[in-house]
Amino acid sequence: MSIMEYNGGSVVAMRGKKCVAIAGDLRLGNRNMSLAANFEKVFPITQKLFVGLPGLASDVLTLRDTFRFRTNMYKLKEGREIEPNTFAHLVSSTLYERRWSPYFVEPVVAGLDPNNGEPFIAATDLIGCLNFAKDFVVSGTASDKMFGMAESLWEPDLEAEDLFETISQTLLNGVDRDALSGWGAVVHVITPEKMITRSLKSRMD
Amino acid sequence: MESQLALTGKDYTLIVSDTNAAMSIIRMKDDEDKMKQLGEHLVMAYNGEAGDTIQFAEYVERNLRLHSLRHDIELQPKASASWIRRQLADSLRSRKPYAVNLLLGGWDVPKGTPELYWIDYLGTLAHVPYACHGYAAFFATSTFDRYHRPDMSLEEGLELMKRATNEVEKRLIVNPGGWKARIITQDGVREVIL
Repeated sequence: MSIMEYNGGSVVAMRGKKCVAIAGDLRLGNRNMSLAANFEKVFPITQKLFVGLPGLASDVLTLRDTFRFRTNMYKLKEGREIEPNTFAHLVSSTLYERRWSPYFVEPVVAGLDPNNGEPFIAATDLIGCLNFAKDFVVSGTASDKMFGMAESLWEPDLEAEDLFETISQTLLNGVDRDALSGWGAVVHVITPEKMITRSLKSRMD
Repeated sequence: MESQLALTGKDYTLIVSDTNAAMSIIRMKDDEDKMKQLGEHLVMAYNGEAGDTIQFAEYVERNLRLHSLRHDIELQPKASASWIRRQLADSLRSRKPYAVNLLLGGWDVPKGTPELYWIDYLGTLAHVPYACHGYAAFFATSTFDRYHRPDMSLEEGLELMKRATNEVEKRLIVNPGGWKARIITQDGVREVIL
């Protein structure tokens, strides 16, 4: 078992029509033993930008703090909020800084571009190789299962509520097939007008 | 074969540790106190590599004390947990990492809530209603899962803890020796007999 599967957890992000969604499970485990069902892995960066950090829990917390620090410094220097594309490159370079002793986290970025309201999603591997997607990105221990779900459920130009349903079903049915993910989930849907955050109940086994 | 257990109740945090000090297969001591009081409302139970545990526990104790002297206020449990986690996370990627696992139990004075944090040597931090470290985790977590309620009175909490430690004594092949228990309430820390 690799260190990437030590604590378990999964994150998925999807593009919709003028909206974007990101969702993650809540499990924190030690290999096969579950410790907590309140461990959030998706964190807000700005009003319209989120980052999901599945992987080694210690690095999840360290990187959350690092990104909070760096985006705060960005805001102070530039006098504006960071854009999704810029943030994705910040994530990438932060991870590549530690090329030879990496953080064991594979981040997912989801947000709306503040200039034109276009949805943006991206994922990277643990050393910061970016993958920009037009449809959806998955990461974490249930990524293979969620790929299958997303592949069959997702379609272009989904409205916010339909996107919420699609991403929720993708995540829940994905993590239910994975012993290392699950134990509840949180979904964020970002639209130009508002941000919707909902907690999902799921199987607790 | 170290065991640490803790749970939060209505207005207290109960934290329990075994009292063995072992060297390989030999019990050197059976009344070792593997907890440290870090403040008026904060207790840390530790286990792990023999030398590292005390070294790290004292490092934490002195630094939190220094902070309270400098700023004339003690860190709340959440802030203390965060700082300790960062020390372990940084240590993990150093030349000689500390191999120490912690349970941090306390009382949040401004919020008036009992707090419990689970921290391991990797720098993982979890805010939990009940938790175990060491071999106790394999025996006691399911007992806690079944019987724990967040609004438990002190009597109920002690009874549940007794149930959990009994389970460890019954099923673990090595005798845990004895137990030391501490309770953190709004009035501070006190020792109890389990």
